[in-house]
Amino acid sequence: MHLKKAVAVTGHYGSGKTNIAVNLALHFAAAGENVCIVDLDIVNPYFRTADFGELFGSAGVELAAPKYANTNLDIPALTFDIGALLDRHDRVLIDVGGDDAGAVALGQYSDTLRSHGCDMLYVVNKYRFLTRTPAENLELLHDIERVSGLKATGIVNCSNLGAETTARDVLESVPFAEECAAAAGVPLIFTAAEGSLGVEGAFPVKVYIRPFWEE
Amino acid sequence: MERNLMKGNEALAEAAIRAGCKCFFGYPITPQTEISAYMAKRMPKVGGVFLQAESEVAAINMVYGCASSGIRCMTSSSSPGISLKSEGVSYIAGSDLPCVIINVMRGGPGLGGIQPSQSDYWQATRALGHGDFQVLVYAPSTVQEMADYVTKAFDMADKFRMPALILADGLLGQMMEPVTFADGEIKMSDASGKPWATCGHGNKRPHNIVNSLYLQAEELEYHNVERFKRYEQVKAECPEAESYLADDADIVVAAYGSTARLARSAVDAARSRGIKAGLVRPITLWPFPDKQIKAACANAKRVLVTEMSMGQMVDDIKLAIECRLPVSFFGRTGGVIPKPSEILAQIVTLDEELKGE
Repeated sequence: MHLKKAVAVTGHYGSGKTNIAVNLALHFAAAGENVCIVDLDIVNPYFRTADFGELFGSAGVELAAPKYANTNLDIPALTFDIGALLDRHDRVLIDVGGDDAGAVALGQYSDTLRSHGCDMLYVVNKYRFLTRTPAENLELLHDIERVSGLKATGIVNCSNLGAETTARDVLESVPFAEECAAAAGVPLIFTAAEGSLGVEGAFPVKVYIRPFWEE
Repeated sequence: MERNLMKGNEALAEAAIRAGCKCFFGYPITPQTEISAYMAKRMPKVGGVFLQAESEVAAINMVYGCASSGIRCMTSSSSPGISLKSEGVSYIAGSDLPCVIINVMRGGPGLGGIQPSQSDYWQATRALGHGDFQVLVYAPSTVQEMADYVTKAFDMADKFRMPALILADGLLGQMMEPVTFADGEIKMSDASGKPWATCGHGNKRPHNIVNSLYLQAEELEYHNVERFKRYEQVKAECPEAESYLADDADIVVAAYGSTARLARSAVDAARSRGIKAGLVRPITLWPFPDKQIKAACANAKRVLVTEMSMGQMVDDIKLAIECRLPVSFFGRTGGVIPKPSEILAQIVTLDEELKGE
């Protein structure tokens, strides 16, 4: 997978961005890279990248998160220096909050990101309500581009129905993802599928964000 | 039917629109802000009204006005915001008006925290405002149920001319699950079938008055008594509960909302160890499903109540089983989510106690 040094993961909230960002960070770390993952979610109160601190610690991935993430202080204070993080690492994954509301946080870093080289991935999920058509995705993608000051460079297909996802659901989503990519004028970088589904040609991912009752 | 992956808060909002909710008045607060955000985007597209009020107090009073006109309307908030709404809820109940209110609970008391909680049970079932009144309380446990019970809440609120509350928690509001919606057009909501509505008399009938003030004590008493007669009908028609593996269970766990799903995992784990455990889950918290709880505990020897609170449902469970069995409690509070393994440990302890008897 040839991606630039900075990889920003954007899309509709709930489409699977965080899980994609976590998997990519671990993927690059396993390949021997010095990786940092940035939790840039200023929208979501829980189910976020900062939940996986232990996992990142054991994989040697540095985690940068808003100062008060996972506390009761509902203030999205971003106190890290992305330029410094890019200088210190081979790869910086940025998990951006959902929609254009979340991508606002990316805007302040756009010059720095462009100067270091940045791929902005847009995650699609065929089964996600209100982003089930290429037109709906294109509208949201343009909103994200407008507020972030960055252009999307690729589509990631993360089509899933949570715990109910089957291999067939994933396979049936590929033409949709290709249509989204064509509409956006960028390539489909990969289709993600939970490893045990055994979807041929898919980028195998682990599902880290699990319900609390699956302890 | 098409399955949609949705966040709990979105499912609540979309289901309300499909149930004919034409006006939404809100004010943001974590962990339910997605409801307002969703309504802001969707309502204008379906010919409805989204209005961000200047406060929770304003929002509930906008609901009061809108409900008076017979239009289906809704507001939502989270715990501290619901406390602010309580005066308005009392006025709405005192005026015998239907509406839907959503509480996506977070930790309290006071400003508390933003993590999930179930510590507004007493407020929802006993004291959502001053005076002699009750509200219907539905406690969904899945994202699909959040959609389904919003529809039901609107229907029952209209039928019994009373506010209906969806009591969810941050965990349900924020989680993603597949949802299906019944096909069909969005219901049109108007004042037809609501002869009490202040929707314009066109000089064809005497004008309607919506009010909770009565000049004579006897008059106020009359209205309160009439309202409570209606509540008897609600108690006969509305209670709902689900039981799971309870029929032959020695130990029945009682839990509602998201905690019921944690408890179900613990019950499954107990069963796999050969412990006869079961689950009973109240779906309506008012009226409380006494008969269903009593039936689910008919063969039980112990009852374990599990909540994300200090045990606010315990007394209702004791009353439902007529204090026939020992009832113990395990809960986490302040935004801490109990682990299935913690609930299992409680079941195992009760099982050992039973074996020792």
